[in-house]
Amino acid sequence: MTGAQLVSLIQAAIVFGTVIMFGALGEILTEKAGNLNLGVPGIMYIGGISGLAGAFIYESHAAQPTGIVGLIIALLCCLIGSALAGGLYSLLTITFRANQQVTGLTLTIFGSGIANFFGGSLNRMAGGVGQISTSVTSAAFRANMPIASSTGLFGKIVLSYGFMAYLAIIIAIVLGWFLARSRIGLNLRAVGENPGTADAAGISVTKYKYLATCIGAAITGMGGLYYTMDYIKGTWSTDGSIEKLGWLSVALVIFATWKPRNIVWGSYLFGVLFWLYFYIEGLTRSSQELFKMLPYLVTLLVLVMVSLRRKRESQPPAALGEPYFREER
Amino acid sequence: MEAENAVRIVNISKTFGSIVANDKVCLDIKRGEILALLGENGSGKTTLMNMLSGIYFPDEGQIFIGDKEVSIRSPKDAYDLRIGMIHQHFKLVDVFTAAENIVLGLEDRERLSRKAIAARVQQICEHYGFDVDPNQKVYNMSVSQKQTLEIVQVLYRGADILILDEPTAVLTPQETEKLFTVMRNMKADGKSVVIITHKLHEVMEVSDRVAVLRKGKYIGEVATKDTNPQALTDMMVGRAVALNIERPEPKDTVERLRIENLSLTSKDGVQVLKDLSFSAMGGEILGIAGISGSGQKELLEAIAGLQDVTGSIKYFPPDGNGGAGVELVGKHPLQISRMGVALSFVPEDRLGMGLVASMGTADNMMLKTYRDGHRLFPDRKPPNRLAKEVVEELEVMTPSINTPVRKLSGGNVQKVLVGREISANPTVLMTAYAVRGLDINTSYTIYRLLNEQKKAGVAVIYVGEDLDVLLELCDRILVLCDGQINGIVDGRSTSKEEVGLLMTHLRKEESE
Amino acid sequence: MSPKEPFVRITRRESPFTRALLIRIAAFVLALIVSALIIVAIIKVNPVKVYGSMLDGAFGSKKRSWITIRDAMTLLCIAVALAPAFKMRFWNIGAEGQILVGGLATSACIICLGGSVSLPLLFLLMIVTSLLAGAVWGLIPALFKARWNTNETLFTLMMNYVAIQLTSYFVAKWEHPYGSNTVGIIPWDNSKVGWLPNMFSHGFNTDYGWNVLIVLAVTVLMFIYLKYSKQGYEIAVVGESENTARYAGISVPKVYIRTMLISGAVAGLAGFIAVSGASHTISTSTAGGRGFTAIIVAWLAKFNTFTMIVMSFLLVALEKGAAQIASDYGFNDYASEMVTGIILFFILGSEFFINYRLVFRGSARKEAE
Repeated sequence: MTGAQLVSLIQAAIVFGTVIMFGALGEILTEKAGNLNLGVPGIMYIGGISGLAGAFIYESHAAQPTGIVGLIIALLCCLIGSALAGGLYSLLTITFRANQQVTGLTLTIFGSGIANFFGGSLNRMAGGVGQISTSVTSAAFRANMPIASSTGLFGKIVLSYGFMAYLAIIIAIVLGWFLARSRIGLNLRAVGENPGTADAAGISVTKYKYLATCIGAAITGMGGLYYTMDYIKGTWSTDGSIEKLGWLSVALVIFATWKPRNIVWGSYLFGVLFWLYFYIEGLTRSSQELFKMLPYLVTLLVLVMVSLRRKRESQPPAALGEPYFREER
Repeated sequence: MEAENAVRIVNISKTFGSIVANDKVCLDIKRGEILALLGENGSGKTTLMNMLSGIYFPDEGQIFIGDKEVSIRSPKDAYDLRIGMIHQHFKLVDVFTAAENIVLGLEDRERLSRKAIAARVQQICEHYGFDVDPNQKVYNMSVSQKQTLEIVQVLYRGADILILDEPTAVLTPQETEKLFTVMRNMKADGKSVVIITHKLHEVMEVSDRVAVLRKGKYIGEVATKDTNPQALTDMMVGRAVALNIERPEPKDTVERLRIENLSLTSKDGVQVLKDLSFSAMGGEILGIAGISGSGQKELLEAIAGLQDVTGSIKYFPPDGNGGAGVELVGKHPLQISRMGVALSFVPEDRLGMGLVASMGTADNMMLKTYRDGHRLFPDRKPPNRLAKEVVEELEVMTPSINTPVRKLSGGNVQKVLVGREISANPTVLMTAYAVRGLDINTSYTIYRLLNEQKKAGVAVIYVGEDLDVLLELCDRILVLCDGQINGIVDGRSTSKEEVGLLMTHLRKEESE
Repeated sequence: MSPKEPFVRITRRESPFTRALLIRIAAFVLALIVSALIIVAIIKVNPVKVYGSMLDGAFGSKKRSWITIRDAMTLLCIAVALAPAFKMRFWNIGAEGQILVGGLATSACIICLGGSVSLPLLFLLMIVTSLLAGAVWGLIPALFKARWNTNETLFTLMMNYVAIQLTSYFVAKWEHPYGSNTVGIIPWDNSKVGWLPNMFSHGFNTDYGWNVLIVLAVTVLMFIYLKYSKQGYEIAVVGESENTARYAGISVPKVYIRTMLISGAVAGLAGFIAVSGASHTISTSTAGGRGFTAIIVAWLAKFNTFTMIVMSFLLVALEKGAAQIASDYGFNDYASEMVTGIILFFILGSEFFINYRLVFRGSARKEAE
């Protein structure tokens, strides 16, 4: 592998990793409150389409669209759309006591349906696939620091990304601090570990679960936004990539053993593993596909190791996936 | 002027379904005293205190804190009123450190300042003589450390009224002594301490005043210095009530089970059974008495092959071919039954262990026999027939034999379970709390069935909580205390007081 | 009583069959209304007409009806495969992967052996290898669950993607024609060897009688297995309470492993049907999310395989109908997924009103009097 290839692999891995980093960070927050939300792909879809639609409508109505306004509109639409998706999941699982796994899967089906439905409609309104014009907003999403091109290798590897790549890292650090150090984070973890105890300690389990799921969904949704606005440059494609990325995010949560700091390097590692085939010479197309299995195999390995070692800090939240109703204690 | 009473409970009632847990209970808790709340299992002590700590909400009655009537709807309300309870089952998050558990749910500051918390924990510990490492994880703690942590947690929240629910059940004598010192320190600070217990010597040692509950009713109170264990036992168990349960003379008793040096250590490292040795005889009912959690459940499960125990359980078959006896330790339930050991077991958890809640009576009948007959399909005729017989003979109220047993009332569930176990023609029949929650008529049906089994030569083991019943039903009564055999007495000649004392008072020469 | 009582409390209740049915129908109708509102808001046509074209899409012609039946059967087969696992409370999210490896095995038989062995032998091999492949895919997570209690939801989920990449690998290997990145219709000589034939006439793809026969047979067998066999009994006991299972002398790990072998095998058979009986090709979308949809079908049918027939038909008919609207009104057929999602949300929500009752402040008192 040449140096240039290595740089390009790292860049590809970071861009790829950023998408799943958002997805996984949101899911960690959700799972720490004891909710196993398998609707990650659906939420990423909804986040992506909400942002794209917001930007599209803005750009086609504003006389003189500016990037920063488009960016804010897209971001807001994404956050609201995905938080609503999280709210729907919460309503069904927390208030209506529906099964978490089944509800999450339904959310994935629904999210994929609604996003591709509107995405397809947007494509049609714009006159064909790839014709959606959100170039101003997308450019704002992809704008990197002016010094990136003048600082050589460092600039290429570290500074050459849109702002969301850095936002993801900031969220990871903040989330890590929040869960480990803040009181609310502590209460939240207690809800996911032992809701009965949390309840007895005066914590409102329902409130925490709702908030964690909705905010988690909003973070997850940003993964979809980054994918549509930056990764594929403000267009929509109905090829199902977001779904795949969404499930990779779920895998990443396991891989990181529910710790935000592991998510950062884990997501880039997944990116490297995912794109590695592209840079290894002499691979046939078929063996490239086997290479792409790596992130999943590594995750399986971690999952098995976690259950083998039984280290208490690496286990999933103890009450993950289980409903909690006070009167049924 | 400050009221003398920290808490006044007036005419509190609480029912769970058909069970009256508290019936118009009145109780005062004074400032700066240690009040012992005494009563048998199921007398409603814990329920009453749970209403103070916000776990349950009373159906009727009033609670006053100082002079003010309050309504306590959640544990948070209780904390705000400076009431803290240390539950029997610890409410701690395993993967958290001590400090994290202590501040759980508190909202004073956003940041979790470990230093500040540690300092305050240190202060509390020094004041009362605790030893808590704020950074230790709960899953690394011993039971007594966890309890200490819970007490510190409650004190950290500034509780003035502390309720301890059977705190000594899990402690060694030395740890108990330490706890009592702490309680006295708290009293000296003007706090009110309530200790729920059945252990009389502890009541005598630590409390200032004793309040007694029996069967959900408030019986009375007495200053500790004016009373003695005998008088308290009388209050707790009441006068012997004549139940008129039949007790035929045992005939042709033969040794059926011989248990030797049976010990069991739980997953948490607690020794649940300590070196038990006794025999169960065919043709008699062996009662097992004890405060709940003294090892009764584990003992029966050990015999049934559901616990990894050490020691020996020998079974002597009625045909006499067993010779030196068949060893049951180390065998699964299936292996035990395949060796021809006709063992029937009515476990305490009827719907979670003895029966499949979502299945009908008929399907439950074949839980242990479904393997018989055809290779792929169980023969449904015998269980259906049996289900009909059981329903008919024991008068089980069920819409049909296919109605999920979950929908039946407690008494009917128990009839289904006991009916199945007896129908297996056992040579050993073990029952755990067979009449708990049942009405009088069903209870008598169960006693009758047990007596029939006894007359048929079955070795019946009856774990019970109602001493009146144990005294009238059983031929011998084995009393467990803290996982040990504290005595085996003759059911005909013993008294309620004797058994009560054995249950609550570990005989010194054996405990040391 | 006093204002201390909370405003609304939730209490459990048992709903008789008719009330449960009425609530479910109400949820379904509500879901249809909501979806209609959404569609009308977008395309501004008469919603009645929309539902007319949906019916047309699902059952408008003999061919359409057969395709609806065919796809419903495939979905049903997957749901039936999941029934034993879910009844055992084993979260097998991995049907997607189990279908794919079954489909891969079938494709491999057609590609490698088609024409060189007799037709009955070929079918036998296809069925046996697809069953085996699915069984292995189900066995792996079960082994880890039985031995180390490894979380099966996450494990089976990952196994899906291993299977998808495995499929991609073979798609690249078997690419036909070169450069298309698809396998194309197999066998490539257009001999249609290894296709499930018509049942009522000569030829292929005008009826799907064999699909129906195979899947209904599996459905009935699974019903009998779960309801009447000893192993089905053990599954029910383990699913209800592991404590009871141990009390009854049932080896819980053994039941986990055996049941997942069966569950995976039947999902593998669904892969065989999807390839040999429907698409005649293999791709990463051969399972097409049906492994997930089937979970919802199995769950909502409460593991009753006959209820699953109704659920499968309902969902597939909706999907076909929505696809029809899409082509009639010129938008994409993801509308069907959206409508499916909405309907499932409503059905999921309706379960709450079947199992619980809301007690408003004061009403409990009145009842007691």
